[in-house]
Amino acid sequence: METDLGLWVIPLAIIGGAIRVSTPFLFVSLGEALTERSGRINLGLEGTLVFGAMSGYAAAYLTGSPWLGVFAAAISGAMFGLLHGLICSLPKVNDIAVGIAMMILGMGLAFYFGKPFVQPVAPNLPSIGFGWWSDVPQVRAALQVNVLFLIGAVLAVAMWWMFRSTRVGLIVRVVGDSTDAARAMGLRPALVRICATAVGGAFAGVGGAYLSLYYPGSWNEGISSGQGLMAVALVIFARWNPLACFGAALLFGGAGALGPTLQSVGVSEGYYLFFAAPYVLTLGVLIVTSSPTRAMTGAPGELSITK
Amino acid sequence: MKAIGVETVHMTMQFGAFTALEDCSIKVSPGSFHALLGENGAGKSTLVKCMMGFYHATSGEMLVDRREARITDPKVAHTLGLGMVYQHFTLVPSLTAAENLVISREDAPRIIDWCNEHKKLQAFMARMPFQVPLDQPVQALAAGEKQKLEILKQLYLGRRFLILDEPTSVLTPAEADEVLGHVRQLCEDGEISVLMITHKFREVTAFADAVSVLRRGKLVGGGRVSDLSHADMAGMMMGDAEISKPAPRSGAAGAKVLELSGVTARDRSGLRDIQIDRLAVRAGEIVGIAGISGNGQMELMEILTGQRPRRSGEIKVKGTPYDATRNEARAHNVRYLPEEPLFNACAPRMTVAENMDFRSFDTNDRQSRFWLSGRNMRNRASDLVGKFKVQTTSIDSPINALSGGNVQRAVLARELSGDVDLLIISNPCFGLDFSAVGEIRTRIMQARNAGAAVLIMSEDLDEIMELTDRVLVMSEGRITYDVPTAEADIAMIGHHMAGHA
Repeated sequence: METDLGLWVIPLAIIGGAIRVSTPFLFVSLGEALTERSGRINLGLEGTLVFGAMSGYAAAYLTGSPWLGVFAAAISGAMFGLLHGLICSLPKVNDIAVGIAMMILGMGLAFYFGKPFVQPVAPNLPSIGFGWWSDVPQVRAALQVNVLFLIGAVLAVAMWWMFRSTRVGLIVRVVGDSTDAARAMGLRPALVRICATAVGGAFAGVGGAYLSLYYPGSWNEGISSGQGLMAVALVIFARWNPLACFGAALLFGGAGALGPTLQSVGVSEGYYLFFAAPYVLTLGVLIVTSSPTRAMTGAPGELSITK
Repeated sequence: MKAIGVETVHMTMQFGAFTALEDCSIKVSPGSFHALLGENGAGKSTLVKCMMGFYHATSGEMLVDRREARITDPKVAHTLGLGMVYQHFTLVPSLTAAENLVISREDAPRIIDWCNEHKKLQAFMARMPFQVPLDQPVQALAAGEKQKLEILKQLYLGRRFLILDEPTSVLTPAEADEVLGHVRQLCEDGEISVLMITHKFREVTAFADAVSVLRRGKLVGGGRVSDLSHADMAGMMMGDAEISKPAPRSGAAGAKVLELSGVTARDRSGLRDIQIDRLAVRAGEIVGIAGISGNGQMELMEILTGQRPRRSGEIKVKGTPYDATRNEARAHNVRYLPEEPLFNACAPRMTVAENMDFRSFDTNDRQSRFWLSGRNMRNRASDLVGKFKVQTTSIDSPINALSGGNVQRAVLARELSGDVDLLIISNPCFGLDFSAVGEIRTRIMQARNAGAAVLIMSEDLDEIMELTDRVLVMSEGRITYDVPTAEADIAMIGHHMAGHA
């Protein structure tokens, strides 16, 4: 039985959308934040996301366990990250060019190996209903929170703490900010970057598994609508801060739900413009927070497009 | 006494057939402040790199704390208590001072208890003669504070013998005096012994107690600083080479070339304003702007080069409004030598030839050209490289491979070629060895004598007194004092620099 909520549907749908849609953004942007903090850009995370979605779905179908699917997605993501990290450690290799190649490779491999899994149905990831206090079905639907979302939130806090208060975190920041200082300290920057890229890849793989195992919850070739690429932009938007990545992912998820919601409440004219809301929002925030006389704060010093 | 003595005995270092260091014996006694003097390429860096284990000496020995030591790599040097502060900062810019200190420790904990570490750091700082804010990112610190932090880091790591490689080349004279004063204090307290590479006599006489002089890889002299005069040291350092004297002044000032009226702009921090009510420079005169670093000189330079937007006011060159566009600069023959020329006047990764042709690559006499002429560019560049003695392996190597002095020479060569009517300069001699300093000052004087108007901003008061015809003092973003150099009184200038008008 549906209750008529009037215009309350809109904020409710935005909250629900924020929770449901943000998880892949969150995982990919956390992975990219880790990689970029170590001084590398991995643009291949879109490919890693799609491959993670495929391998996660396949593993879940073959073993019957969605968690084994998530695990398989993380492993395959780590493999992609490792490959990117190793290639970029060779002299005179540009990480952005390698990233674009890895993106295409990841998608191509996913489509090739994923053909037999388009038809079968794999078990979905569980979710927890936080809407038990309400009788309104829409509220209950909006507050169905997937376990991966919660893990992602914990991960964001853990990463923030890691960058602040652990040796590993400080080492990643040192390497990302100044290769010379890292060498003078006796660290091996290439090794740190390879590890950071591999772990970042694993996060992106998990983000992909969420797509195929929960929302939308099936494997097909159009499963990603560029979340992997948008998440890379989110990292800049969030100034490389994991907590801000979490906020940015929620904002993006919520803004993404605006178009479909307006359509469902009967706005027939121009609602499709709101499908562009997340992108307009990003542009707007970037313009407002930028300054022609100040350099961007928080950017790791070793990030460069000319390496 | 915590400080330890270090001695090199007959140390020789050969790279293939080239002998960089020959039979060099230097003794630094515990608690002394020992200066190592020499021109660029005299073997100072080779010697200290052998001491720190970056190079392995071909022959010779080292004594650390009167015991023979085999230093195979820098880690061994560190465990013996030897540390080095490099010419360029090795701090991580985005980390705070506290984070930099903790992560540089060999035994940095896996999980850092910041509460506890802060307490320990504060206790450590309380024992030190100087302080650095611990909670700010290093990139927000001034150069002098960074250098102090580098030295604090070495003490924090428990080093008892410090090598300082030209520690003041990135500092203003006031900052340099402060830092070296503290280092001397630490030596007197017996905390550390210091070996400092330098080519500034003033610092040697003011702070060091002993000196060794290297020339072409050989130890050519030394002794107690109190027994030696500047002339003695210069004699040892230069051998029989000539020191260029400042060129004589000739000609009188002409018409006004540069005029500023009512110029205001935001300063770097965004909190204060720069306000220049009136400033004029005439043809054939050098006007100097003295001031303590951070009082708006850098911003004024940026306004003049067009790097910083101005909020109000007018800049005129030869009576016409000037916005620092390329066409205007070309039409009025305005040339610049900004500070840090590698970043403010060069494209670091482009070649020496390309960088030296920035003024002329798109011109054909007075007309503009569409197709570049590679041959002309190379000819012009090799001509200038020869004339200004720019030392480079080839004009096709990237300009960031050159040493600081040679980048300075290359930019000066570019800016002084052709007719110059207005030359705007900022700290032209920071971090240069003194034969280069003499040469660059001579070139500036020649430009003045040829009728150019010259505006020079410098934190080196000696430089201003030597070069200029008129001195202005800048304080808190304003020009607070204006006097002909011939009538200037150093004490009065210092008074205005300190902001007591």
